[in-house]
Amino acid sequence: MSTLAGSAYWLPVICAAVIAFSIAMYVVLDGFDLGLGILFAFFPEESDRDQMMNSVAPFWDGNETWLILGGTGLFVLFPHAYAVIMPALYVPLFSMLLALVFRGVAFEFRWVAKPHHRKWDIAFSAGSIVATLCQGFMLGGLLGGTRVAAGQFAGGAFDWLTPFSLVCGLGLLVGYALLAATWLVMKTSGSLERRARRSARLLLVGLVGFIILVSVWTPLEFPGVAQRWFSWPNILYLSPVPVATAFFAITCWRGLAGSRFFFSPFYKAVALFVLAFVGLLISTMPYLVPPAITIWDAAGAPSSQRFVLIGVAILVPFILGYTVFVYYHFRGKVRADEGYH
Amino acid sequence: MDAVLLARLQFAFTISVHIIFPAFTIGLSAFIATLLILWQRTGKDHFHRLARFWTKIFAVSFAMGVVSGIPMSYEFGTNWSRFSEVAGNIIGPLVGYEVLTAFFLEATFLGVLLFGWNRTPPWLQATAAVLVAVGTATSAFWILSANSWMQTPAGYTMKDGIAYPADWWAIVFNPSFPYRLSHMLTAAYLTTSLVVLAVGARYLLVDAFKVEARTMMRMGVGMLAVLGPVQLLLGDQHGLNTLEHQPAKIAGLEAHWRDTGPADLVLFALPDEVAQMNRAQIAVPHLGSLILTHSWNGRVPALEDFAADARPRVTIIFFAFRVMVGIGVLLITLGLTGAFLWKRGQLFTTRWYLRAVGWSWPLGFIAILSGWLVTENGRQPYIVYGILRTDQATSPVATGALAGSLTAFVLVYGVVFSIGIYYIRKMIRHGPQGAAVATAALPHELPNQPLASARESVRESRSEPPAI
Repeated sequence: MSTLAGSAYWLPVICAAVIAFSIAMYVVLDGFDLGLGILFAFFPEESDRDQMMNSVAPFWDGNETWLILGGTGLFVLFPHAYAVIMPALYVPLFSMLLALVFRGVAFEFRWVAKPHHRKWDIAFSAGSIVATLCQGFMLGGLLGGTRVAAGQFAGGAFDWLTPFSLVCGLGLLVGYALLAATWLVMKTSGSLERRARRSARLLLVGLVGFIILVSVWTPLEFPGVAQRWFSWPNILYLSPVPVATAFFAITCWRGLAGSRFFFSPFYKAVALFVLAFVGLLISTMPYLVPPAITIWDAAGAPSSQRFVLIGVAILVPFILGYTVFVYYHFRGKVRADEGYH
Repeated sequence: MDAVLLARLQFAFTISVHIIFPAFTIGLSAFIATLLILWQRTGKDHFHRLARFWTKIFAVSFAMGVVSGIPMSYEFGTNWSRFSEVAGNIIGPLVGYEVLTAFFLEATFLGVLLFGWNRTPPWLQATAAVLVAVGTATSAFWILSANSWMQTPAGYTMKDGIAYPADWWAIVFNPSFPYRLSHMLTAAYLTTSLVVLAVGARYLLVDAFKVEARTMMRMGVGMLAVLGPVQLLLGDQHGLNTLEHQPAKIAGLEAHWRDTGPADLVLFALPDEVAQMNRAQIAVPHLGSLILTHSWNGRVPALEDFAADARPRVTIIFFAFRVMVGIGVLLITLGLTGAFLWKRGQLFTTRWYLRAVGWSWPLGFIAILSGWLVTENGRQPYIVYGILRTDQATSPVATGALAGSLTAFVLVYGVVFSIGIYYIRKMIRHGPQGAAVATAALPHELPNQPLASARESVRESRSEPPAI
């Protein structure tokens, strides 16, 4: 990429950072509320479920907005990648969107439907599980490579469906459930909190297992990934990633033991997610659509990118500011029966 | 069925379902903000009860708007990737600004509005409501700017078949945008006003929630009587703007096949697209010229002035336009009649009027959908007027995938949104009950309040709704 100089080089890099940031925000924020839907299956008590819902109800609309930012961000900043990725991931993408319909409306419908709310509990849980699986499939499908010809998607409707993408789907399921369980440790009390702690330890072990599996699998399957991580001196520079992952996994475990720590397990789980995401970025950079399209190939018109980046620079700090404000406003443990309904 | 038609049907279906919710929540958020401000100023309980009541309905509607809106931002790529390539440099940033300036604002502060009744001081609650209302209107600003650019592109240059931005100001404020924005926002406020008015009238008919019902009636009639005539003027100006920039659309929606003299206004006809003429036509001479050119003998472009493959199909836009205008006239009549009855002190007792407005709640939605049918079908055969034809804009996606996803959308939306509307109906029947929590903001009462209000809401939900 040495032929690109100045803004032709940097503008797509900055844009890619913006997309990566919004995806990371989405994964962490909507991750824990999708995870609550996954955990729903294991917490059948109505009062538990009410508390789980209430712990996230003020935030879920905002959380899901990061998904729209990710989608439109890709559309705006990297139109060529968007035009390839969307047709390639058609099936899991639409399945995810429809699943999100069910779980999204369940947040509100559930309360109106009471006492006949069981079907919305199921919709919430099933919708969350399907949406999570689809996100994992899309991730795995994208990492696995996309067939591109003449700048357009040239593969089949089910190219994304591979053993690797299945593993990614299951891994994400466990990961989101872990985020949710640690969220419950932070936001609830009493027996719900205790049970959430127990589940979280189990889920943590599962997630670490999946992280190891993917970390072994990707270099074996994709030579470029092996080259990226294990060539000298990369291995030296990149070693903090697995070391930090191990550190957060261990401290998360210790935070979950006993009953003294409410906040730290959640933050440690978030850190694990962020590190896994950074790891993926390291493996795939600078490709947006491996193995065909780099961020420079996919970049939109520089004037469009600039116009949007100005908005991002001004508005995202505000968005983060009032997001923090709302989380702070509804801080602390959820009281039983709290809600507007 | 061919892929283009399937892709068009899918977008038409998903966006038609979607628009119902924003059209309602744009107005409703402004209504709730007004109620909370009135409550703050006057301290009157019924404003607060009304605000809480409509906020619950808002939450359900907004959730449906969010979940039906997310697919839109992905359909550009899945079904219309060629469009995304050609117009993405321009449409993309406009949609991006919508997300940045509006979505986050409304989605985040909705949380405060919905769940803050017991945790939030009243001023913050009212501020949150105002921010949500500003967010929904800002959302409309950007989306209508993007749509208007597809209708009347400006401020761009073409290079290798791709549109590149040249002047963002000209792009955002493209020629049809101010008209479309004001026309649509007014439509949204009218639609909500009509729903509020209808609910008030229905309560009065069964003698329920009288104080709240009267407030709703007064606010609804006031909005209708003022905004109805305003909308007529805006619509007229919007039409003139369309005549200037998209004459084929006007010729199509007026079913004006040939320019042989001063234009008639066709009140009714069965347009025959093959013979290129109207059957069973009822028309008023000169009136078409008068409306479209504001002169008695003005000439109006006709369909035959445009090549057959560069003009829209007539039937849909002809009828949809008449539905929209007909409803508009009806709304103005309802508004002015209500204002007249109000002045005479008979607004709350004239049962035929209460019954009429009680049934009129869907009219705004129907008018909005009709209006969009007109403007979108009238742009055909282009997706971006004069730049990209619709049949050149789709993705390399198999017909089977399109048919499958369309079927899934119809089934899921059909089930989910029908149930949602049923729930809204249920909440409306249940009515604005419960005591106001004016004292909830006092810190020492905080810990107990949620329990109390939750118990109260459980009680509420078990009480029998009035028969409306």
